[in-house]
Amino acid sequence: MDTFEPKIVAFLCNWCSYTGADLAGTSRMKYAHNIRIIRVMCSGRVDPTFVLKSFREGADGVLICGCHPGDCHYHEGNYKCLRRYEFIKRYLKQMGMDERRIRLEWISASEGKQFAELADEMTEQVAQLGPCKVRTVMENIT
Amino acid sequence: MEKEEKGKLKLAVYWGAACGGCCVSVLDVHEKLLDIVAVADLVFWPIALDIKYADVQQMPDASIDVCLFNGAIRNSENELMAVLLRQKSKILVAYGSCAHMGGIPGLANFSNRDALFKRVYMDSESTENPEHITPQPKYDVKEGELEIPAFYNDVQTLRDVVCVDYYIPGCPPQSERLLEVFQAIVSGAELPSKESVVGALDKSQCDECPRKKTDNKKVKQFFRPWEIEDDGETCFLEQGVICMGPATRGGCGARCIEGNAPCRGCYGPPPDVTDPGAKMMSAIATMIDSNDEDEINAILDDIEDIAGTFYRFSLPSSILRRKMIKKQLAEVE
Repeated sequence: MDTFEPKIVAFLCNWCSYTGADLAGTSRMKYAHNIRIIRVMCSGRVDPTFVLKSFREGADGVLICGCHPGDCHYHEGNYKCLRRYEFIKRYLKQMGMDERRIRLEWISASEGKQFAELADEMTEQVAQLGPCKVRTVMENIT
Repeated sequence: MEKEEKGKLKLAVYWGAACGGCCVSVLDVHEKLLDIVAVADLVFWPIALDIKYADVQQMPDASIDVCLFNGAIRNSENELMAVLLRQKSKILVAYGSCAHMGGIPGLANFSNRDALFKRVYMDSESTENPEHITPQPKYDVKEGELEIPAFYNDVQTLRDVVCVDYYIPGCPPQSERLLEVFQAIVSGAELPSKESVVGALDKSQCDECPRKKTDNKKVKQFFRPWEIEDDGETCFLEQGVICMGPATRGGCGARCIEGNAPCRGCYGPPPDVTDPGAKMMSAIATMIDSNDEDEINAILDDIEDIAGTFYRFSLPSSILRRKMIKKQLAEVE
């Protein structure tokens, strides 16, 4: 278990969070390499299907980042994301999954440091939870 | 379709894990059944005809023109018959929600074999079973070995075990749709591309829904159907009643809605949707009229059993096709 490196899929909105993560990079901050970033135009673009598919295909955690409330480039995409996130957390729990495997955080374009810290924190959290078994269970029909 | 011996078509209807409603829906074509038997022979249909497995095994391969297979794959008998009928049929149709997506029997994927056996053979209120007897696939008696089908942990769809040519969705499919499909086959018209859904529309249920709806739905509170007096004409979702319309194919003629009941999703998702539940979560979230985390959660508390409601007919065919159960996790490893 010491060598377990979680895979975390992160959906970052183009306008704030991706730029924030970019800032962490250009500022040469170090953060966990476990985060696989996927840029989306808005956190409101993150369909629950994306989250379920990530788990099904082997992700151990899913991180969604969007603009702070009130800052959405499209006015209310991040609020829609918040509602979907609350929904999907309930669903995952009902399906026997640990809801700590999914997380929604607001990261602005200037919050490179916060993003780096978040990446480390979430990696540590998911590492503690251990590998996500969804893929194994889904591929082994008994 | 090849015309053999001045060809009367050969039809078969079989049930896997099903309630029997699909077979009855075939009978529901009423006197049209006479038109069907005028051009087709029903060679296998356990609900109506006494034909044994051995008779089917003796049929030449691909000798059945169309087989309507209804019901999910719940045990080894269902799977065996699916494989056998695939081999014997030119066209194998997954008929009804259970064969198409798992259907109501598919809800057993919230549980597993051990838990189901415990409930059914030990705990249920009317059961007395002091010796804890549960079904065993093989059992020795003095006359020899008895064998019954093995019960699986997972409910699967027909497609999970054999190749399927077409899907006719519905719980049960509307008999009119079956007749249309059947007439298309008889008339020799060009058949739709393989693996497509027939007897349903590509557009969503909302598209053919007769109720009044606005574009911008805002909902502050959700109700179960019995908690609210339906006005009989406004969109169910706008009244705060969960309706699967947005994530469900049209084609059933909005029968439930015509009967003042919200759509439950038996026709399955439209063509571009992989997971109807995920789409419903997405759609409902858009309607929730709040931007405050606590208030959103209070509104979501109104929706009981998210997984069971949004995946009522489609759990085994959804992305997360079953509940993760700790004991079972240990077995897979």
